[in-house]
Amino acid sequence: MSNLMNFTGTMLKNLFSKPVTVNYPAKPAVYPERSRGHIEINIESCVLCGLCAMNCPSGAIKVDRQGGTWSINRFDCVQCGYCTEKCNKKSLSIVPGYQEPMGQKSVYTLEKPKPEAPKAEEPKTEAPSADQPKAEQKEG
Amino acid sequence: MGKRSVIPFGPQHPVLPEPIHLDLVIEDEKVIEAVPSIGFVHRGLESLVQKKDFNEMTYIVERTCGICSFMHGMGYCESVEHIMNVEVPERGRFLRTIWCEMSRMHSHLLWLGLLADGFGFESLFYQCWRMREKILDLFEMTTGGRCIFSVNKIGGVLKDIDGDMMATILSVLDGMEKEVKDIRKVFLFDYTVESRLKDVGVLTKQQAHDLGCAGPFARASGVKMDMRKRGYAAYSQIDFEPITSDIGDSYARCDVRINEILQSIDIIRQAAAKMPQGEISVKVTGNPNGEYFMRVEQPRGEAVYYVKANGTKFLDRMRVRTPTFANLPGMLETLKGADLADVPILVITIDPCISCTER
Repeated sequence: MSNLMNFTGTMLKNLFSKPVTVNYPAKPAVYPERSRGHIEINIESCVLCGLCAMNCPSGAIKVDRQGGTWSINRFDCVQCGYCTEKCNKKSLSIVPGYQEPMGQKSVYTLEKPKPEAPKAEEPKTEAPSADQPKAEQKEG
Repeated sequence: MGKRSVIPFGPQHPVLPEPIHLDLVIEDEKVIEAVPSIGFVHRGLESLVQKKDFNEMTYIVERTCGICSFMHGMGYCESVEHIMNVEVPERGRFLRTIWCEMSRMHSHLLWLGLLADGFGFESLFYQCWRMREKILDLFEMTTGGRCIFSVNKIGGVLKDIDGDMMATILSVLDGMEKEVKDIRKVFLFDYTVESRLKDVGVLTKQQAHDLGCAGPFARASGVKMDMRKRGYAAYSQIDFEPITSDIGDSYARCDVRINEILQSIDIIRQAAAKMPQGEISVKVTGNPNGEYFMRVEQPRGEAVYYVKANGTKFLDRMRVRTPTFANLPGMLETLKGADLADVPILVITIDPCISCTER
């Protein structure tokens, strides 16, 4: 008889204990600090050297030095973090929070802010605002 | 002689987490012969060495498998480190040992769950996977990933486990040790479980040796072979003995794996106590030139890495021999003469990882 009742203790314990699952999405998921969710860039300190794009194992990052843009296809990125290791300026970091699902694959592009234009003699032509980096979503 | 017929088993089957196809030649519900065919998930990872540099390959090699990901990365890194004569700092080697053993625990808990599911004990399956979830949380806390860890690099590891994290790991393991011991009673002494596992698929020591079986599958038949005893990472400083059994049936394979979970807990405790302070990695410069043959004990058995470098940043060759591939002949031997109803259990008892095998 004893070898029929081995699971009974565990069963009773489960019966009177709280569920271990989380009522997601009513209760948000908590990620640890090191969780590799997605790549973030501090475009201000980025020098567009292209080391991240050259070393990306999945080829998700593209750097356009002429156009002054840095872009990532988050659907190709495998969150290995190799670009953050390679970045000399430590502009890239990997932060918690997974890529949200989308209807279509898209490329996330950031434009490097242009340096403050020297004060022009004729104030009629306004320099583009350099305070905020432009972020745009392009269909890839 | 009864009428013979052939039943296709897989590649899609409720008991199979990954695709393998078997043609079962049966006669009166008894399997006479099983003919395997693999190749459903081949990805050609090995040919990528000619296109990706040897540092990038670390991240590709560890994607060979989602369960023993850490050990694939480590096996590759240690091969290249040997070629380049790089000495990994001691703390880095201990960290590798801890993550290796955590991988073994989560792999064995996954396997126990799948076994319970295979013989129809659903609540035991969830019980095992609930425990496994705690290990995955520890992995996410320490490495940032739940299945693919990306903490290995040529020359050491990328992330450290600090004192608080280690205390969390040890306290979780304390609770888990008790839970595993509770579950062990069910797996080893429960009447229903025993009736499905005992004397099913017996493989003798001689057969296991002749067929080149590896890992817990071979150890359950009495072959005392454990690559950890070679002393890679920090295993040379850890006190442990390979767990074996002389019975060689499915019950013995279950027994060996459960005891290995408890052994892994012990190894992590030893490693935590002996781990010195200091650097976790060294800077590596230059390109590898030479070849090396590395053997690593993965949860499923011995994996072999052959790396050949030519002095450029692209390797000539990188070959992985995975334990499932070595265990397939043994599995076919156990299938001969088995009941058709026992085939799923026997396929599971080698802990097949087909994606590893096909790379």
